[in-house]
Amino acid sequence: MASVEERQFRVEPFPGGAPGNQRLVEEGRLPEYAVVGTRPVRHDGTDKVTGRARYGADIKLSGLLQGYVLRSPHAHARIVSIDTSKAAAVPGVHAVCTNADLPSASHRAGDLGEGVVDWYHLNQNVLANDKVLYTGHAVAAVAADSVHVAEEAAKLIEVEYEVLPPVLDVREARLADAPVLNDDVRTDRQPVGEQGDTPTNVAKHFHYEKGDVDAAFAAAELVVEREFTTETVHQGYIEPHTATALWSPDGKITIWTSTQGSFMIRMQVAELLNVPSSKVKVVPMEIGGGFGGKIAVYLQPVAAVLSRMSGRPVKLNMDRSNVFDATGPTPGSYMKVKIGVDADGMITAGEAELLFEAGAFPGSPINPGCMCVFACYDVPNGRIDGYDICVNKPRSNAYRAPGSTHVALATETIVDEICEAQGICPVEFRLKNAAKEGDERVDGVTYPPVGMWETIKAVELSEHWQSPLEGPHQGRGIASGFWFNFGGNSVVAATVNEDGTVSLIEGSTDIGGTRASISMQLAEILGIAAEDVTPTVVDTDSIGYTDVTGGSRTTHATGLAAIKAAEDIQAQLRQRAAILWDVDAEQVEYDSGATLTGPDGQSIGFQEIAGKLNQTGGPVVGRGSVNADKHGGAFGTHIADVEVDPDTGKVQVIRYTVVQDVGTAIHPSYVEGQMQGGAAQGIGWAINEEYYYGDDGRLHNASFLDYRIPTCYDLPDIETIIVEVPNPGHPFGVRGVGEVPIVPPPAAIANAIYRATGVRLRSLPMSPPKVLHELLAADQ
Amino acid sequence: MAKKRIISTSINGDPVEFLAAPRQTLLEVLREDLDLIGTKEGCSNGNCGACTVILDGRPVDSCLVLAVEVEGSDVETIEGVAPTDGLHVIQDAFLDQAALQCGICTPGFIMSTKALLEENASPTEDEIRFHLAGNLCRCTGYDKIVRAVQQAAEGETN
Repeated sequence: MASVEERQFRVEPFPGGAPGNQRLVEEGRLPEYAVVGTRPVRHDGTDKVTGRARYGADIKLSGLLQGYVLRSPHAHARIVSIDTSKAAAVPGVHAVCTNADLPSASHRAGDLGEGVVDWYHLNQNVLANDKVLYTGHAVAAVAADSVHVAEEAAKLIEVEYEVLPPVLDVREARLADAPVLNDDVRTDRQPVGEQGDTPTNVAKHFHYEKGDVDAAFAAAELVVEREFTTETVHQGYIEPHTATALWSPDGKITIWTSTQGSFMIRMQVAELLNVPSSKVKVVPMEIGGGFGGKIAVYLQPVAAVLSRMSGRPVKLNMDRSNVFDATGPTPGSYMKVKIGVDADGMITAGEAELLFEAGAFPGSPINPGCMCVFACYDVPNGRIDGYDICVNKPRSNAYRAPGSTHVALATETIVDEICEAQGICPVEFRLKNAAKEGDERVDGVTYPPVGMWETIKAVELSEHWQSPLEGPHQGRGIASGFWFNFGGNSVVAATVNEDGTVSLIEGSTDIGGTRASISMQLAEILGIAAEDVTPTVVDTDSIGYTDVTGGSRTTHATGLAAIKAAEDIQAQLRQRAAILWDVDAEQVEYDSGATLTGPDGQSIGFQEIAGKLNQTGGPVVGRGSVNADKHGGAFGTHIADVEVDPDTGKVQVIRYTVVQDVGTAIHPSYVEGQMQGGAAQGIGWAINEEYYYGDDGRLHNASFLDYRIPTCYDLPDIETIIVEVPNPGHPFGVRGVGEVPIVPPPAAIANAIYRATGVRLRSLPMSPPKVLHELLAADQ
Repeated sequence: MAKKRIISTSINGDPVEFLAAPRQTLLEVLREDLDLIGTKEGCSNGNCGACTVILDGRPVDSCLVLAVEVEGSDVETIEGVAPTDGLHVIQDAFLDQAALQCGICTPGFIMSTKALLEENASPTEDEIRFHLAGNLCRCTGYDKIVRAVQQAAEGETN
């Protein structure tokens, strides 16, 4: 194949898309599919526009009790005593529980798919044991006839606290004299695997090194080193957490909940309640957003314990302040990053020191942060140190490309600064330095075919990049980002119905249209219409183990399982046709038009043979079970135009384009939707969103009024350019699309603000007070 | 707790009587007592719009309306939008434009859109974005929602 520099590309409208939905096309390379790449109405759509879809809080059961969770008013305190007797005595109260009602837990690691937990810590996060570690930390729970009775009763629970000083900043928390949150935490040094011997807030230290870093910096033409800070932010899904549990007298526990991973909830509930996982059935309700934040358990084991104590099903719902106070978030950070280049603008060295908030218990996405910090470029010499540091904030959880958005702010704004200093166009710099197939990352991973270069090429060819800016105080910035994506375990079973349709069941909960993207892959293989597949997400007793809907894995891995199920159906139908025609199955072909043909001109369509299954050996069920390990990493490059109000410091995004290598877009509308939605979250993170804490460690903005996510009046149209560099690890080339679009926005907007004002922002959010402060400081 | 009162109202065109305690919101009564679970709770303090219903022709956050306040009023919820023989033009437009991902905010957006188009049949994009700014969506970035409202407006004026 020609080198990328010689290949010919153009940007054109993506067929069937709205204005602004485009794609990068390479001359002579346009794969042809019948179903893949089309835009059918999603299968669960009608239920969702008519209000019939049932989400977590919509479950009703006979005898259902409502619960309320009492939460800590302190950021850091020792629990001296808890007296629940007055609450238990309230008429209408059926059960009151505390951590003492959970089985005791031991220090063992559990893998939740997008992060690792220590079961001992998760036990204490679900219901505090001897200490509370953040405001909103759950302390006790009540089940009663109504939520109002439960709430009134919970207020009668008497908790005596010994208040301790909180620590909120990672730089302070790692000092030797800082208050220590967990006396069982020791510094775990990776990848060497050494353990510290004194209690500390520094739970992990990752170190990666490649080449001769010091010599490379010494020889560099230009070295830029900068410090950055970001604040804690929340995933901000609109549906609060909810769980309903029934602990039946036969020992079986059923959990109805909205989650990204039913099997992950099953595992956690079984572990924390010390029951076999086969005794726990998790029924996934529709999920109202997750973004990584609906994987770990909060309410599920508590509802189960209340059910055991009361003999009744119990529902627990969080309100919005609970969600902000006690779930999510993704960490605030401090970062120091240094990049060196030669006289031609080629990167020669990189160095990063990254400090991420773990929150109350270890587990920030510091390791992915380390692996992403220089991932967009070919960096021949690099050194990365990353620290996971406990602070008195809620235990951090995955949030869309966890860790990568933080580090992109650092790397991508330094790259912009280097471009300016060396007089190189930011597009040209990235084309020259882009990570390509065969390049080795600082953490030692060598890239398979990737599309970083192509995303930059698409920027260069885009109308947006080529158009002039029109007004004063306007600026344009670009930034790139990387996310690994993931494969993992998925199972699909597909039954051929007598009318020629297929019923597909799967274990991947559907957050953003994956029922459609999975059904379309099965339909493509079988040669039938997407509408002739009926997909259903089923409970943990009804399908094989399936990993979380996270890591941008579902359309890739569960799609692979659907492809395998379709191929299984094809093989079985060939046998049935062979029986009908009295020939060998090997002589029967299954062509792309959903027709089976025999050696002597015999022919039968999918629909017709589907009606003959019971006469040729019984129903046909195709099965697909995969452990996918050939996921393809995704790169994105964004263009942001901003206008900065010099009087108020308000940053308005006036035009925005997301360019992303998706591998292959199965359902382009939902691919565009992921790109647009991820960018919107990144824009919110860039200019609005932050957890605002008082010195006492109390969160002051636990509402959607004060923690302001972007509204539709804040955002422009978000244009998209889909780049399709197929992933060789998937028959259609799927990479996964969900996560990387959140990564570039803060850096792209910071670079645009610089072009508009001459001021570099290195601290998120770039909110009006902060921008105005910098503008005024620059004026003096 | 204060005694419950009998409230007479009209919901989706049908006369409805229910019992409500003074502390209960319209949202709670719709969901918990009348089984109209299509109206969603996202924040319960009027910031997200997931619980939007149309009260006497105006879009309101049902979490900010006490149930006892709807005596004698007309309430329209997502369950009343579709005609008996298919979907409303707004619902079709949301599906055509892929204007939803998780879908939890969708009933609220559809109710706000319905109220907008009843007041202004041909809104500009700026008017659409201004009118829908009380409804939060965290999945879509709003682009496809705005397209859907534009499609619905064109459908309604044709």
